[in-house]
Amino acid sequence: MTEAEVWKALAEIPDPEIPVISVVDLGVVRDVRVESERVHVEFTPTFLGCPALEVMRDAMSARIAQLGAEPEVEVVLDDSWSTDRITPEGREKLRAAGFAPPTPRGEGTTLVQLQSNGFRCPYCGSRDTALENIFGPTPCRSLRYCRDCKQPFEQFKTI
Amino acid sequence: MSELLLEIADDELILGWRDSEWTGIAPFLEEDVAFSSIAQNEVGHARALYELAARDLGTTADALAFDREPSEYRCSELVELRLPEWERTIARHVLYEQADAERLERLKASDDPEVAGLAAKIDREEIYHRLHAEMWHERLKDEPRYVEALEALRPLVGRRNGHSPELTTLWEEMTSVRRSQPAGTTW
Repeated sequence: MTEAEVWKALAEIPDPEIPVISVVDLGVVRDVRVESERVHVEFTPTFLGCPALEVMRDAMSARIAQLGAEPEVEVVLDDSWSTDRITPEGREKLRAAGFAPPTPRGEGTTLVQLQSNGFRCPYCGSRDTALENIFGPTPCRSLRYCRDCKQPFEQFKTI
Repeated sequence: MSELLLEIADDELILGWRDSEWTGIAPFLEEDVAFSSIAQNEVGHARALYELAARDLGTTADALAFDREPSEYRCSELVELRLPEWERTIARHVLYEQADAERLERLKASDDPEVAGLAAKIDREEIYHRLHAEMWHERLKDEPRYVEALEALRPLVGRRNGHSPELTTLWEEMTSVRRSQPAGTTW
């Protein structure tokens, strides 16, 4: 078994909360190493309180076992995951599904910035959007409203 | 170091439970959502911190979170109180987030790379709690009831030399399911 085969298999696992993107699109797989019969995966959680984390970890183990290898999924609790790790393909899939992808990490997030109109509506592309609520249906998202097409939408938080 | 990790984990766990008490009954829907999300984050932070401490102490995160007596928790009195008044909840939120930010800054500079890494990750999520607290502080800062609540709660921020009786009540609720099962039950 090669590392490329493992990456390909993991790329078929959907995010449990937003199944339009895969765990590889989400950037939570930091490394894959094949050591004879054992496959070692470094998994970096998104938000620490996210209930999807166990589901992702178990789905990765099950998929690797299906390939006939012994899975070893290591959960890495450091700052190496950021929304910047979502792949360009992942960002486009999010946008097409009505979720505004996160803005780049940059200099850090401020209230003034969140309340500004620098966020683009995933439906019509307008930047004339307003913050409705810093928190949304899951901890990783905020709620915004597009003043142009009158559509509320979910904006990924930048972390 | 494990003592400091426990102090922070206990603060986050207990505050997470208190924040979750607003689910469904906050003054408006946006705040139901906000406090529920914040509670979920805080409990998630507590779990990660307990896991790190558990490795040093040779136990498990669940045992640290739920199998100790109330007197063994190291949380501050600020997080223990049941605060059904909105202005007091917001005052606690503002005071806690300020103190937590300073503590996380120190932890991010730790010599232990696991501790520093986890602190940096937690801090990224806490930014949104701080922005939420800042937004409410701006709204309420001239409101006498809020100003009074801030002054009343401020002395409790770092007070860890005893517990409010309210912690025991919360502990009973928090651990009732776990205590109803024989030790060693797999969940």
